[in-house]
Amino acid sequence: MPQNYLWLIPLVPFAGFLINGTLGRRFPRALISAVALISTFVPACLVAWLWSTMLSPGAAASITLNSGAWISVPGFHVDFALSVDHLTLIMLGVVTGVGFLIHLYSVGYMAHEEGYWRFFAYLNLFMFFMLVLVLSANFLLLFVGWEGVGLASYLLIGFYFRKTSAANAGRKAFVVNRIGDFGFLLAMFLLIAHFGSLDFSTIFSTVDAHPEWHAVRFLTAICLFLILGAAGKSAQIPLYVWLPDAMEGPTPVSALIHAATMVTAGIYMVARCHVLFDRSPAALTVVACIGAATAIFAASIGMVQHDIKRVLAYSTVSQLGYMFLACGVGAYTAGIFHLLTHAFFKALLFLAAGSVIHALSGEQDMRNMGGLWRRIPVTFWTMTMGVIAIAGIPPFAGFFSKDEILFRAFDSGPLGKVLWIVGLITAGMTSFYMFRLWFKTFFGESRFEQPSLESHGAAVHASSSSILVMEAEHDSGHAEHSHGVHESPAIMLLPLIVLAILSVIGGWVGIPAALGGHDEIGHFFDPIFASATPLESSSGHGFELVLAAVSVFVAVLGFYMAYVLYYRKPGASTALATRAKAGYALLVNKYWVDEIYSAFLITPLLMFTRGVLELLIERGIVNGSARASSMTVRGFAWATRTQISGNIRSYAGWLAAGAAAVIAAMIFGHSLWVRP
Amino acid sequence: MVPISYYLILAAVLFSIGIAAFLIKRNVITIFISIELMLNAVNLTFVAFAHMWHQVTGQIFVFFVMVVAAAEAAVGLAIIISIFRARKTLNVDEIDLMHN
Repeated sequence: MPQNYLWLIPLVPFAGFLINGTLGRRFPRALISAVALISTFVPACLVAWLWSTMLSPGAAASITLNSGAWISVPGFHVDFALSVDHLTLIMLGVVTGVGFLIHLYSVGYMAHEEGYWRFFAYLNLFMFFMLVLVLSANFLLLFVGWEGVGLASYLLIGFYFRKTSAANAGRKAFVVNRIGDFGFLLAMFLLIAHFGSLDFSTIFSTVDAHPEWHAVRFLTAICLFLILGAAGKSAQIPLYVWLPDAMEGPTPVSALIHAATMVTAGIYMVARCHVLFDRSPAALTVVACIGAATAIFAASIGMVQHDIKRVLAYSTVSQLGYMFLACGVGAYTAGIFHLLTHAFFKALLFLAAGSVIHALSGEQDMRNMGGLWRRIPVTFWTMTMGVIAIAGIPPFAGFFSKDEILFRAFDSGPLGKVLWIVGLITAGMTSFYMFRLWFKTFFGESRFEQPSLESHGAAVHASSSSILVMEAEHDSGHAEHSHGVHESPAIMLLPLIVLAILSVIGGWVGIPAALGGHDEIGHFFDPIFASATPLESSSGHGFELVLAAVSVFVAVLGFYMAYVLYYRKPGASTALATRAKAGYALLVNKYWVDEIYSAFLITPLLMFTRGVLELLIERGIVNGSARASSMTVRGFAWATRTQISGNIRSYAGWLAAGAAAVIAAMIFGHSLWVRP
Repeated sequence: MVPISYYLILAAVLFSIGIAAFLIKRNVITIFISIELMLNAVNLTFVAFAHMWHQVTGQIFVFFVMVVAAAEAAVGLAIIISIFRARKTLNVDEIDLMHN
């Protein structure tokens, strides 16, 4: 039975982490890659086995593996328990499948990097924690995974830790995530207080047994704190600021952690807790509004960024907003569906962007690209699949999931119409910025200048030329690395091709009935979200088709605008930027959010820390009291030390004086303490 | 009859002289004598109290003290002689091997 081997799924990557993390420094690169790949391939196979058993007819809707008590005190009990249901299956598939592909890609991408073993050790560590996160059967174990992926993310963002910006970005991600984790912790405390348990099934069945708990205050509070946690991890307003900076990490990390898997943990958590959220309309409204606001906000910033990875980062924030929006209108299936397709096409886009960067020896600025489509054709074609998929053009994956979200939003009452319009505008923006990226990178004249040999090692490829020479001996295919634009090696192109295929067909599992499909993914989630998703919409199929047509039209409009501005009239975009100066400045400076946070939150906090905590409490009270006690002891010691003269007669004198004092006390002191 | 306080005052004076000499004098033999003086001051109080209470215990104690003092004198003088042989001095401020 597969559940007996469930624990292997997270522990195999952990073993890989231990091996590479402790011994990897001495391993040859081939061995490091082998360890890392095997320790992600094994869980992928186990997950495939799990899929086949769980989907066979008559299989249980969920399986659980309980490895015994973790915390057991009177009134509170938590087990080391893993459980798998259909939601977990999807997440497992994404994490191990996309994770394995990205490991494969990294073998090629990181081939010239220092710290190769460190990179793969961290990557396997991330896999371990992410699998713990999705497999957990209670909030506490989920929180362990939650914190662990944060740690792995921090380590990998700061992988190039000699670069100040990378180290700062890692710290920023960690600190911002702490704010979200604080919310998650409070939610857990409230759950313990009200349910006496952190077990998913216990809590959810308790809620199910109390139909009268509708919009009760403690459930809303729990949900709001969970939202804070999810907003931190999934980069939603107001905590999204860490994700764009997280692009300082190596590109495969951006693809795996900051696009496909970790950042979707917040959406997974909200979907997992849908029983709680369904009871709190206020919390759901908050989720939907945060999602819609984040979607349009991030998309608008993404339209003017020049760094290819930053465009994708804002795009990720925006797409995560879509998923939040879906959860907020109760369309958890649509949200998870979008999570799935997004994992495919966004991982593809990041990896393709990485391939472009690799081809240009570390160039990330799109102003210095252009005309690449002939020179790196495989990257170009695969990336094109990803661009079309995210832009929402049928029959590519993104269309079905995005359309499902928009339709569900429209279908959910008066507020839903507003959300739908916001989502639709975002869809247009998405299409625009993705095709802008596409045109700027692959078309027009080549604006790429060959970097000099000295500066070659500066950017992403921090490899020194001496390493290159050493590598060239056994890896002569990479010798051309230092001269000229080149297509990436096969080991990088293979994951691109697989992901491109998935980006095309990945959406077909969720073709709605209105378009003649069967919505397999909706039925797949029936056991989990059955109570949440209305099976038949109130508006009918014809209407759904109209909405789909509108969103396709908007996507094509976005494409057309990008075509005009960045292909047909290359100067038009700069002209537009100068004419709409204020708006452009607003977008280019990302609404000054970082500056506002810095002025209103970070600076006062730092002043408080330095002024009150450091000067007054740390130095004044803590250090002061320590110093005072040490000075007291020292003074006393000085006073007695001077008496230890070694002179016998002075000792005798003290002895006599002491004896005299005792006798005096016996004679005269008696009247002082004995009352007659 | 002589009052007990006379004996005690005399003993206290002798004892104080003994302490003062012990603290002030530098010659080992003088210090030795001052110790004897203190012992005998104490002996005087023992005898005085024994007389006062008509008990023989105090007097027996005095004999013990005398015996111990005699033994001490024998050992002490032997040590003093050997110190003098070794260091050619009896000044205690110079016999400070244990110092530091």
